[in-house]
Amino acid sequence: MKVRAQIAMVLNLDKCIGCHTCSITCKNVWTNREGVEYAWFNNVETKPGIGYPKDWENQERWKGGWVRGKNGSIQPKQGGKWRILSKIFANPHLPEIDDFYEPYTFEYEWLQSAPELQAQPTARPRSLLTGEKLNKIENSGNWEDMLGGEFEKRSHDYNFEGVEKEIYGQFEKTFMMYLPRLCEHCLNPACLASCPSGAIYKRAEDGIVLIDQEKCRGWRMCVSGCPYKKIYYNWSTGKSEKCIFCYPRIETGQPTVCSETCVGRIRYLGVVLYDADRIEEAASVEDPAHLYQAQLGLFLDPHDVAVQEAARREGVPEQWLEAAIRSPVYKMAVEWKVAFPLHPEYRTLPMVWYVPPLSPIQSAAEAGKISSKDGMPDVRSLRIPLRYLANLLTAGDEAPIAAALERMLAMRAFMRAKSIERRIDEAIPARVGLSRAQVEEMYRIMALAAYEDRY
Amino acid sequence: MSHLLDRLTFFRRQQDKFADGHGITTDETRAWEDAYRKRWAADKIVRSTHGVNCTGSCSWKIYVKGGIVTWETQQTDYPRTRPDLPNHEPRGCPRGASYSWYLYSGTRVKYPLVRERLVRHWREARRSLPPVAAWRAIVADEAKRSDWVTRRGRGGFVRVGWDEASEIIAAANAYTIKEYGPDRIAGFSPIPAMSMISYAAGSRYLSLIGANLLSFYDWYCDLPPSSPQTWGEQTDVPESADWYNSGFLLVWGSNIPMTRAPDAHFYSEVRYRGAKSVVIAPDYNEAAKFSDLWLHPKQGTDAALALALGHVVLREFHIDRKVPYFDDYTRKYSDFPLLVRLEERDGKLVPGHMLRAADLPGALGETNNPEWKVVAIDEASGRLVAPLGSVGFRWGEEGKWNLEEKEASGDPVKLRTSLAGIEDSVVPVAFPYFGSEAANGFVATDHDQILLRHVPVKTLAFADGTSGPVAMVFDLFCANYGVDRGFGGDNVAADYDADVPFSPAWAEKVTGVPRQAIIQVAREFAANAEQTEGRSMVILGAGLNHWYHMDMSYRGIIALLVMCGCIGKSGGGWSHYVGQEKLRPQTGWLPLAFGLDWSRPPRQMNGTSFFYAHSDQWRYETLKVSELLSPLAPDGDWSGAMIDFNAKAERMGWLPSAPQFEANPLELGRHFHETEADAGRVIADGMRSGAIRPAGRDPDNPRNWPRNMFFWRSNVLGASGKGHEYFLKHLVGSMHGVVGTDQNPDIQRPKDVIWYDEAPVGKLDLMVNIDFRMSTTSIYSDIVLPTATWYEKHDLNTSDMHPFIHPLSAAVDPAWEAKSDWNIFREIAKKFSDVCPEVLGVEHDVVLTPIQHDTPGELAQPYEPKDWMKGECDPVPGKTMPLVTLVERNYPETFARFTSMGPLLEQLGNGAKGMIWNAEREVSMLGDLNGRVPDGPTAGRPRIDSDIDACETILMLAPETNGEVAIKAWQSLGVFTGREHAHLAEGKEEEKIRFRDVVAQPRKIISSPIWSGLESEHVCYNAGYTNVHELIPWRTLTGRQSLYQDHHWMRAFGEGFVTWRPPIDTRTVREVSGKLPNGQKEIMLNILTPHQKWGIHSTYTENLLLLSLNRGGPTVWISEDDAKAAGIVDNDWIELFNLNGAVTARAIVSQRIMPGSALMYHAQEKLVNTVGSEITGQRGGVHNSITRINMKPTHMIGGYAQLAYGFNYYGTVGANRDEFVIVRKMSEINWFDKAADDVASADDAGWGTQTKESAR
Repeated sequence: MKVRAQIAMVLNLDKCIGCHTCSITCKNVWTNREGVEYAWFNNVETKPGIGYPKDWENQERWKGGWVRGKNGSIQPKQGGKWRILSKIFANPHLPEIDDFYEPYTFEYEWLQSAPELQAQPTARPRSLLTGEKLNKIENSGNWEDMLGGEFEKRSHDYNFEGVEKEIYGQFEKTFMMYLPRLCEHCLNPACLASCPSGAIYKRAEDGIVLIDQEKCRGWRMCVSGCPYKKIYYNWSTGKSEKCIFCYPRIETGQPTVCSETCVGRIRYLGVVLYDADRIEEAASVEDPAHLYQAQLGLFLDPHDVAVQEAARREGVPEQWLEAAIRSPVYKMAVEWKVAFPLHPEYRTLPMVWYVPPLSPIQSAAEAGKISSKDGMPDVRSLRIPLRYLANLLTAGDEAPIAAALERMLAMRAFMRAKSIERRIDEAIPARVGLSRAQVEEMYRIMALAAYEDRY
Repeated sequence: MSHLLDRLTFFRRQQDKFADGHGITTDETRAWEDAYRKRWAADKIVRSTHGVNCTGSCSWKIYVKGGIVTWETQQTDYPRTRPDLPNHEPRGCPRGASYSWYLYSGTRVKYPLVRERLVRHWREARRSLPPVAAWRAIVADEAKRSDWVTRRGRGGFVRVGWDEASEIIAAANAYTIKEYGPDRIAGFSPIPAMSMISYAAGSRYLSLIGANLLSFYDWYCDLPPSSPQTWGEQTDVPESADWYNSGFLLVWGSNIPMTRAPDAHFYSEVRYRGAKSVVIAPDYNEAAKFSDLWLHPKQGTDAALALALGHVVLREFHIDRKVPYFDDYTRKYSDFPLLVRLEERDGKLVPGHMLRAADLPGALGETNNPEWKVVAIDEASGRLVAPLGSVGFRWGEEGKWNLEEKEASGDPVKLRTSLAGIEDSVVPVAFPYFGSEAANGFVATDHDQILLRHVPVKTLAFADGTSGPVAMVFDLFCANYGVDRGFGGDNVAADYDADVPFSPAWAEKVTGVPRQAIIQVAREFAANAEQTEGRSMVILGAGLNHWYHMDMSYRGIIALLVMCGCIGKSGGGWSHYVGQEKLRPQTGWLPLAFGLDWSRPPRQMNGTSFFYAHSDQWRYETLKVSELLSPLAPDGDWSGAMIDFNAKAERMGWLPSAPQFEANPLELGRHFHETEADAGRVIADGMRSGAIRPAGRDPDNPRNWPRNMFFWRSNVLGASGKGHEYFLKHLVGSMHGVVGTDQNPDIQRPKDVIWYDEAPVGKLDLMVNIDFRMSTTSIYSDIVLPTATWYEKHDLNTSDMHPFIHPLSAAVDPAWEAKSDWNIFREIAKKFSDVCPEVLGVEHDVVLTPIQHDTPGELAQPYEPKDWMKGECDPVPGKTMPLVTLVERNYPETFARFTSMGPLLEQLGNGAKGMIWNAEREVSMLGDLNGRVPDGPTAGRPRIDSDIDACETILMLAPETNGEVAIKAWQSLGVFTGREHAHLAEGKEEEKIRFRDVVAQPRKIISSPIWSGLESEHVCYNAGYTNVHELIPWRTLTGRQSLYQDHHWMRAFGEGFVTWRPPIDTRTVREVSGKLPNGQKEIMLNILTPHQKWGIHSTYTENLLLLSLNRGGPTVWISEDDAKAAGIVDNDWIELFNLNGAVTARAIVSQRIMPGSALMYHAQEKLVNTVGSEITGQRGGVHNSITRINMKPTHMIGGYAQLAYGFNYYGTVGANRDEFVIVRKMSEINWFDKAADDVASADDAGWGTQTKESAR
């Protein structure tokens, strides 16, 4: 057992208001400069949709992540080291600027400097790459905001696999959720494995994955290697950049910018202890649907004295061990099992996890069912298909998703009984395998969500 | 480690392996990591916020590095809430987070800019003339004047110095005052709460010189008139934290995650506390995501849904089973138990006035205001009683204005809530029904226009010797909802499947919402309220309030809340969050803002009527009064156009007017001053004889044009200006895109107001805009003054969404030549004082004020109103016509007064909402704090020199920030109520909040009687809380929540009780449909303009960061079905047009939009990425190019208790949602960016289908 500690993140999608404050504050602090105008270390997507960059979840196209070979070992999907080296001058799996978007600005100065014109002046769009005027803006960092664009286009979303999707294009059947995305700071980063320059590393002390800007040679194999498409090539410096998990803040005991500025209060940061010796084993399990469980299996119980001892031997500081016990991430992911990794089938063992969203019941005709179970809706009546969420978070396994949503509904039912009906009904949490103490702590962490309980 | 050493150690970097060699550990240097650490570092962090009208009021950290603002993130240090509530951190949203972009962007106004043609004429005249004469020389020369006026909006600015810019303004102001009168100057600035000092800067200057301040809340159509109608309150709502105390949230037309981003977490989180939520919106909006059930009634039919919900609640919770809590609540706090006289109309009985004590023999022993005291029946004795609390008890006597269950004698009473069981008879009563006709595809139902329903009545003998029937509000109310109570007769629903207005089956037909859903939601809402004693809440957005018949939706919803006992209950109530933004320390701010320390009253004009008249939208009015009138309207003259009704309301003292007289009020004033005449009497006589003419009858007369206008903190032309193209044509005088003409046969010509065949073009001599960005209003102005951004000045900020007061403070100095608004107006005041002696000295100004709410004057016209102009009564100032006051103005001392506190607070006291308290101590302490003026005309007065001095003035005077004043204020209320309230501020007496305190940390305000909620450790702020818990009456006729509106005009227009009124027909589409072809298919859609996600609230949409996160310029959302029908594909250039004008934008095609409607998010200006219109041959318009103001007569009512005027409190509202447009794909794209000289030739003149059409 080799105990490592990582600062991991959970985003509660059920609380996400899709406001993009995270994206803006992140951009202002880290990428508001030449060369990375198009880069959003943190972006928010409206789902269903093809996302940013376009179609990023299509690994047949981009070859991101890892594949498990017949011999049971894993290697980057774009190929092993030699294959990567052979492609460094012509990588066919590299997204181009239009797959993100051509960054633009507007001729604002014209509004006050224009001489008398034939009509009111307007600031026309201009490319930040070429300086040329653009007649029509065709893409952006969030083109599909709030289900913008025809369903036919958005339904190329990979998470519709196995879903009878046509009906979801109807007005009445509309469903929608947000997916904020940042670097996953994976335990098994495919970007790192893809870098011919050895510029990418995962910090031993906190698990943050970084690209050494002095070593990076701009080969961009990491861009195609990352299945989340969270590495951006800076066209000005000629190097690749990515989310740094705000390490200057983490190092000084502050949450990441995206976390602290999250006005929906959906983001949680916490220490997770894991067994680094079993990373390859966990990433190599045969059935992709078992990857979620395999990753859970890597996480170590911070209350376990043996784990604590092993951690101390590895130099994990005492405060970190305390933080691991207090960690809301550990609670949500391991204790309550309401948070899940994004696309575990990529085998990168991502460390930014998500609580799946509840949604309104399917149709008004079923209004009588708002209160079908303990006064709350039935999980199967919710608008967002379970399969869709499972494709996103558990490689298609619906059972853990259903269980998580049921636990959240049970929390609501238990608390409704308590706050409205003034009675404690321990049977409600018991039905979903939670104790009263657990459901009350879930409520405290997820609803009251005080600053010091979130980070 | 050096690079050399680094390389030397290259071959022994690997330290360790793990995961069977899958992972390795190395010891390479990580020194490069410092690069990002340096980027993160800041030199200092300063607290400020955004002075924007979004109601967010979020405190931010502004990061400064090297003297430059780098970015901002939210503060997280708000005082904590109770342990059982989520905290407020981190308030803020992406709009706020992107604000720093403005400071150094290309759109920043850096220097004073003046239209080059204006400055050329000015300099030429100024060479030989003093300032005022120079202005006269160029403005009176029509060729010169039109030279700059007609070029507005097309570029051509030059940079000038501050001195020259302010001299032009001062000279124009002085000339205008001398030539026409100070009321020909107007200023527009909205929502003071967002930056109180910046607002006050302009309003103090304008008030001191006698100019008009225009209201904004009604103009923005954010004012829900239903609130003053029902409660006598402008708008009062629960803070967002109180959502967390709710058990059931009906989110109705409010897009919380988008427009209330900083508050949204209370909504998402309370679901985990067990609250259920239903979202009602025509589109699948951001809020729908959080609901348990999404209902999507056809847009504009919300009132029908509300009525059906109410129908179910009355049936199941009041009739079939009487819920004791609901019964008790409505008895004490609503008008349910009050008696209403029934009048005969064409042989049918209709509800008339509320029965008054004065109507009864002996007036029930009431001698003070018996005609303003309502009557009920004591349950035990069966006696008629005048219960305490009605407005008659408020004025002229003390200690009886409360909601104790007593009558004047002090005897306890318990009021009956129904006549059922003690009735003399059951009679049919007639109610109007408007739903049998509907335009533009809204559903009309097959029901009579008059519905007779059986109601139990008693017959009473009246003081005048007659006798007649009276009914009880509750019984009439149930009848109005079509609830069958077993009284027989028609038009009541035996069950929910009966198609009777307003049953669930009926509503299903009108709204498209299945009746089962209506029944289910009503039951859960009411059951939750029963179980929790009122913790059911409705959160409302502007979506509903912007429809012409907004009062019906709102009153339907309010009725639902009242019948479930939710108003004034923590976790319950009416949460209308639309641009109101509570200015918490209001009573500290009012004297500063309106110069009440120097002269009273100020001129305050209702914005909608002002713009309606002066942008000449009345000349295009197609809505006829007869279309609105009830089939049961009382006898009387209901003829005339909408502008005639407005003019009538002005002369009857209901609404203000600007300007006031055709004559210069200074000339009238000089005469009165010299002759010592009674101004009121002479004005009344003069108006009656016609010697003195009100300006409102002749808005197009050049004598009555507004001549100078100031805009600051606002963007009328780019955001709030409904009827944008009419503004450009008539008020601004620029090129415009009005498609129709004022010769259209659909137009209702006025009867009293004077019509000229030729409408004026370009009424304003001078347009001044003060902004930090080149807004649309900037572009059309003559002078643009660069103001400090929100990170460059000191100011105060509060909101209705949270209980904190916190500052804007200067992180950096204003960049380039910008100045704070305070300093800008101080400079203009200085320049004005310098130049005005050329024509002005100490003058006497005749000021008209409408009859004001919350003053004894509100008891003006108790029964049917009379029009003196028609000879129906005498003109009596303050009774049947406006109040008349002679105000002395010392023009040369304007600057001295601006910068010091005047003597009137010590002489007259301070207060608001009918309360007044001594303020001597605060004025004295302010002198100690700010220092006193050493010499000059204001020597010895407390100094208000800087913006921080102004902040301290507010904080010192206001009960919310000075505990000692709070005690005084509560005591002053106690005189009226006869009850002890001061305990509500006890413990806070020693608390005095100063500017530097709030810079250190936001502070919670102190509870005061200016507001109806409390802020304490036990409750969140909730509107109506003190009415219910402290028994303070509502400020209404009845003293209760008024669900029946008995005013003569309310009944005439069929809105005595809430009812269903389909959207109006604006008649703007048929005339152009198919007439201006471009070869593409046309479809007709209802255009909705909700608030947006990607612009800074309602004002800006050009921020680069935000535009990079959506579509990069103006867009219109349409449904997939409609797009298919019109052959439109996502991101196609499309055009929307009607008689009002045209808009170009790109289409966003989405399944989430309801077919039949199009969404163009608000304030998408034509500043960025807007192509030319094929229709107008101009730049494509703004979202308001396709709208026009539609006013409503019931919003003009005044002189009648809660229906009496107050600035931003009651008045006409600028509705815009009933509008339809033609939508089609564009065929040709033209950017229109050639220089004017280059297109003087006719080459491009043929562009645009309208031109092409007329050319044919």
